[in-house]
Amino acid sequence: MKVPRTQAEPAQAAPTPAAPTSAASASAAPTPGTAAPAAPARAFRGRTVRAVGGLSVRVDVRAFTVVVLLLVAALAASVVLIGTGDFPISAGDVLKTLFGTGSASQEFIVEQLRLPRVLVGLLVGAALGVGGALFQTISRNPLGSPDVLGLGQGSTAGALVMIVLFSGSPEQVTVGALVGGLVTGLAIYLLAWKRGVHGYRLVLVGIGVSAIVTAVNGYLITKADLVDATRAIVWMTGSLNGRDWEQVWPLLWLCAVLVPLVLGNARALRMLEMGDDVAYALGVRVERTRLLLMVAAVLLTASATAAAGPVGFVALTAPQLARRLTRSPGPNLVPSMCMGATLLVVADWASQKVFGADQVPVGVVTGVLGGVYLLWLLVTERKAGRI
Amino acid sequence: MNPDPGTTRTRPNHPRSTVNRLSAEDVTLAYDQRVIAERLSVGIPDNSFTVIVGPNACGKSTLLRALSRMLKPRQGRVLLDGQAIQSLPAKKVARTLGLLPQSSIAPDGITVGDLVGRGRYPHQGLLRQWSTDDERIVRESMASTGVAELADRYVDELSGGQRQRVWIAMALAQQTPLLLLDEPTTFLDIQHQIDVLDLCAELHEEQGRTLVAVLHDLNHAARYATHLIALRDGAVIAEGAPADIVTAELVEEVFGLRCQVIDDPETGTPLVVPAARKARTNVEAAF
Repeated sequence: MKVPRTQAEPAQAAPTPAAPTSAASASAAPTPGTAAPAAPARAFRGRTVRAVGGLSVRVDVRAFTVVVLLLVAALAASVVLIGTGDFPISAGDVLKTLFGTGSASQEFIVEQLRLPRVLVGLLVGAALGVGGALFQTISRNPLGSPDVLGLGQGSTAGALVMIVLFSGSPEQVTVGALVGGLVTGLAIYLLAWKRGVHGYRLVLVGIGVSAIVTAVNGYLITKADLVDATRAIVWMTGSLNGRDWEQVWPLLWLCAVLVPLVLGNARALRMLEMGDDVAYALGVRVERTRLLLMVAAVLLTASATAAAGPVGFVALTAPQLARRLTRSPGPNLVPSMCMGATLLVVADWASQKVFGADQVPVGVVTGVLGGVYLLWLLVTERKAGRI
Repeated sequence: MNPDPGTTRTRPNHPRSTVNRLSAEDVTLAYDQRVIAERLSVGIPDNSFTVIVGPNACGKSTLLRALSRMLKPRQGRVLLDGQAIQSLPAKKVARTLGLLPQSSIAPDGITVGDLVGRGRYPHQGLLRQWSTDDERIVRESMASTGVAELADRYVDELSGGQRQRVWIAMALAQQTPLLLLDEPTTFLDIQHQIDVLDLCAELHEEQGRTLVAVLHDLNHAARYATHLIALRDGAVIAEGAPADIVTAELVEEVFGLRCQVIDDPETGTPLVVPAARKARTNVEAAF
C-alpha cells in the first residue's frame, strides 16, 4: 500500500546548496520530458541576483527585456509623435530641441504644444495600464478591467454633470470626472462587498453599475443644448488635443506616489491570484491589500480619465498584451504600465497619421483596436473552453 | 503507510494538561447572522495527526477556518503559542501555521516550481526575494511530495492527484510546524486519496509536523488519525485516539448511521461498516 516515491529520499538526503543556484541561472531552452529532476530548466523563472547580507532579488529576464523594448518603443513613438503635425519636425530636430539646442520656433512648438501632450499621453497610458492590470488581477478575470466595470462611465457622468448642468470650466470638468470615477469605484466596492470582494461579483456588479451610469449619461446628453452636447461628445471619446503642462503635473505627482505604492504590494497581489484562502494562509492581509490596491487603481484610472477623457480599451488590452509578451504568470504590473503608455502614444500617432492632425480623437483609435482585440480574446477564450 | 497495527494505538497522546500550541477557547463561530458553533473549545495535541470528522454542515471546515485565522470568532479566541491568533502579525502566523484550503487557483501559465516557490512568501521580503535557502527548501518540498520531476511542467497540465501534491508541496515550502488541511482528498480518485493521506502520515511521522485535517471519510480518519475530533452541530461529541472513541454508538450519535465497527484487517484501527438496508430493517423489526 505504500506508494513508491523513489526520488524523495536521495534528493532530501543530499541538499547541495551550490547546485540549485547554478541550475536557476542556467536559462537554457527547456526540453520538456527530458529535464532531469535535479536541474529543471524552467522550474524557477528568471535569474536571481544575490549580494552579501542576504539581499536577493529575482529578475525575470524575459519580462525585463519586454519592459526595455516597450520603453524604447514608447520613447521612439513619442519623438515621432512630437514631430508630427501641421508643422512637421524631423526626429533629429525633435531630439535636438529636447536637449535645448533647437531653433526658437521649434522650441515653442515642442515644449509648449507637443511635449506636454505626449507626456499626458504617456502618463495616461501608463496609469490605465497599471489600473487595468490591478483590476484584472483582483477580479481574477481579464474582463474585470475599469472600462468594463464602469469606471470610465462614472468619470464621464461626473464630467457631463459639470458640462451639461453647470456649463463648467475645463478645470471643473476635470474635477467632476475625478469625483465621478472615485464615487463609482466606491459604489462598486461597497455593492460587491460581502465578507470580502470576490472576482465574479466584482465583474457582475461593475457591469450593472456601468449600465446604470451609461443610461444616466445618455439622459444628460439629451438634456444638453447643442454646444454643450458637442463638447460632451468630444470629451466622451477621449482625446489628447490641447493638453498642456497643467494636465501633466498633477498626473505625474499622482503616478509618482501611487506606482511605487502599488509595486511595493505587487508580491502580495501575486499571492492573491491563487485565491483568498491561499493568500491568507501565506500571511497576506487579504482585505487590506485588496482595498489599498483597488483605491490606487481607481485613483489612477479616474485621474487618467479626468486628464484625457475615457480613452477606451487601453486598460483592458495593455495587461493582456503584456502578459502574452512576457509569458509570465502574475499581474505583470510594470510591463502593463509600459504597454499602456506605448499603446496610447502609438494610437495617437496613428490617428494623426491616418486622419490628419487633431481630426480624430485617440479614443476612437484605441476603441477600434481594443474592440478587435476584445473579440479575439472572447473567441480564443471560447475555443479554450474557459467561457 | 501505517503497516504496524500497533503504531496508532500505542502512540501516546499528549497529556491534556500541557498547553498545546494551537487551541480554540470557548469560541462562537458565525457567518453574519448564522451561528455555526457556540462556545466550542478544542485543543490540537502537539505532534499529533488530528482529524476532524462529522456530518455535512457540522462546522468542521468552519472550525478549521477559525484555527487558521481566516474566520474571526465572534466570541472567545484561538490561541497560537499562547497568544490570540488575531493579534499576531499575519506573516508571523504564516511562518508557524500553514493551511491547505479547499479552493485554490493556479495562475495561468505557472510552473510547478514557481507555484511551490510561492510558499516561501512569508519568509521573504522586498529585498530578500529568493535566497539559496528558499531554493533548497522548495526543492526539498517538491522531493518529499514526489513532484520534483514535475518542477518545470505547467500546473494546468497535471492530473488532479498531481495537482493536490503540488499544493501540498507549496504548503510544505512554508515550513510551518503546524499544517492544516481542509478536505485534502475531496475530488480525488480513491488511489489518489490514499496517496495523499499516506503522504500526510509521512509528513507527520518523519518530519514531526502537527497536522490537522478535515476528512469526509470516517474510515480514512480512523486509519490515519492519532487524534480524532467528532463534531455534530458545532459541538464536540467525542475526541481521542480513534481506537478509544470510534464505536457503533458514537457513529450513530454523530452521523445518525447504524453500523458495525470491526478491526481494519490492514492496520487494526477501527473500521466502520454501515448497516445494510436489509440488516437495518431487521434491526428495526427486532425492536
